[in-house]
Amino acid sequence: MNTSSVLFPRLLRADRPGTIFLAILIVVAIVVPVLHLAVPESSSLHMSTYAVTLIGKYLTYALLALSVDLVWGFCGILSLGHAAFFALGGYAMGMYLMRQIGTRGVYGDPVLPDFMVFLNYKELPWFWQGFDMFWFAAAMMILAPGILALVFGWFAFRSRVTGVYLSIITQAMTYALMLAFFRNDMGFGGNNGFTDFKDLLGFNLGSPKVRICLFVTTAVALGVGYLLCRWIVSSRAGRVVTAIRDAESRTRFIGYRVESYKLWVFVFSAVLAGIAGALYVPQVGIINPGEFSPINSIEVVIWVAIGGRGTLYGAIAGAIIVNYAKTWFTTALPSAWLYLLGALFIGTTLLLPTGLAGLLSSLKARRGAA
Amino acid sequence: MNARLALQKLAGRSRSTNPPPRHGPMLEGNALERGPDASHGLILYLEDLTVSFDGFRALNALTMYVEAGELRCIIGPNGAGKTTMMDVITGKTRPDHGSAWFGQSLDLLGLTEPEIAQAGIGRKFQKPTVFERHTAFENLELSLAGNRAVWANLVAKLSSDQRDRIAGVLAQIGLTASADTPAGALSHGQKQWLEIGMLLMQSPRLLLVDEPVAGMTPQEVERTAELLVSLAGEHSVIVVEHDMEFVRGIARRVTVLHQGSVLAEGSMDEVQNHPKVIEVYLGES
Repeated sequence: MNTSSVLFPRLLRADRPGTIFLAILIVVAIVVPVLHLAVPESSSLHMSTYAVTLIGKYLTYALLALSVDLVWGFCGILSLGHAAFFALGGYAMGMYLMRQIGTRGVYGDPVLPDFMVFLNYKELPWFWQGFDMFWFAAAMMILAPGILALVFGWFAFRSRVTGVYLSIITQAMTYALMLAFFRNDMGFGGNNGFTDFKDLLGFNLGSPKVRICLFVTTAVALGVGYLLCRWIVSSRAGRVVTAIRDAESRTRFIGYRVESYKLWVFVFSAVLAGIAGALYVPQVGIINPGEFSPINSIEVVIWVAIGGRGTLYGAIAGAIIVNYAKTWFTTALPSAWLYLLGALFIGTTLLLPTGLAGLLSSLKARRGAA
Repeated sequence: MNARLALQKLAGRSRSTNPPPRHGPMLEGNALERGPDASHGLILYLEDLTVSFDGFRALNALTMYVEAGELRCIIGPNGAGKTTMMDVITGKTRPDHGSAWFGQSLDLLGLTEPEIAQAGIGRKFQKPTVFERHTAFENLELSLAGNRAVWANLVAKLSSDQRDRIAGVLAQIGLTASADTPAGALSHGQKQWLEIGMLLMQSPRLLLVDEPVAGMTPQEVERTAELLVSLAGEHSVIVVEHDMEFVRGIARRVTVLHQGSVLAEGSMDEVQNHPKVIEVYLGES
């Protein structure tokens, strides 16, 4: 693919907001490490571990929002189950991190994670095999959400389940997974999930440098994810995908296999969500079945709606703005947050159907006309 | 089946002569370049088609043949089965029995909707359905005959031949000046033409056109008539239309449907003077 070196600059020439977003991302990926590592803690400019982790978390949410925008904003599939893919990627990473603990656990078992010793496991379940190797775990971060999306999507799209029915079964999917992961005998740590991680690839997760590496990796993943999504939506396949969103049966009559396109986009998006989840877990230090909660998936859709769907950069902005607001409100006015989130969603749907991105471009158009 | 073979014999052809390829080459090739072999035979065979919806027979042993390159008009009162017939041809509805063949070797009843579209049957719906957010150019680009696989379209780039082809169709349907206009901003008539253009991009051998002039201004009707007449010959065209004036203007051969089967067939004058047709139309209106 020697075209890729010229492809991305060409993609960005036609995408000013995207260029601005990537520029900001690069600045953040440079400034945050400098403020955290190089500026002494006594300085008022020093960025705390808490702040670095928080921004890193926002970036993984932004990647999740990006994946939802691709299926919802461009393909018209309102998935209310994307948090499930996020959580599966997270669990795959969590399993690797659990096996890295080794004898440093409370019970000191060299193979079995603490919760297994506690639950009287005698040996490692078969599906935990291989997770001591990073390459295997990394493959699972992609394969677990990818295969679930493939199987689920294959049945759903082949049966031509669309619209609100599809949304409902995606909710059912994530809810079923949540209930399953809550069970202790599933072998995934029950309602406690995984925590107390020590190392990633042999590096201590507690050290500032490792945290910064994770942070930069997340920023790179978000940037590459954005470019890949932009490349997809600007290709002819992307125009087919938006055509499916706008007039599905027409697309079918022109001769496109609508199911294949939907399935492809859905699986790609699920993999992106899984990667986001895998990057989320080592930064926040915990994964539990709460991540599968149906409300989480709905929240992602709200971020995308507020940011402006079908724009990609809008989804990212929405995820970061809403989550920043959430962090602020849950400390300042904890009881008000859910009301505010609901009000934001209703307000956006009624007053700003195209979200903040739409507001921006209409302001620009008005200024251009005046 | 027997009737189909008999007809082929009448036309001096055996079943084995030049069977169109079932897949593959058909998807890439341009119908215009594939040679004139089909233009002497029949392009569509509908035999004994019956479709029932909850006991109501939308099609009742319908039998009809369309020649290659022909412009055929189909008229008939509401509920005569015109739309159901199109649904059967395009694979949207499966008949209870009967057979439908495209050329001599493609059994339409064994193909899915996209396969039928790829095999060369294009359908224009009654209500114009174009991709409103895409420009007229992009609408035609998406309809371009070619590989429909996801990966192929991720890396697809327009060749200069393809650009020329799109420009040619834009000129044919009179939308050259609106190439970069989102289709949603086009007038009703322009949308109808764009949709016909989208069908042309697929190089179809058979075009099904459902009520093309409904809601058009007289000038637009005239322009549409010219367009459809110019398409016949290179393509076979089946037009379903209520507007008798329009049908009289373009039709060489008219089929009258009534209660799911063919009532009469012939030139416009012949069918208008057909006693059964007069009875049905006068009886109903």
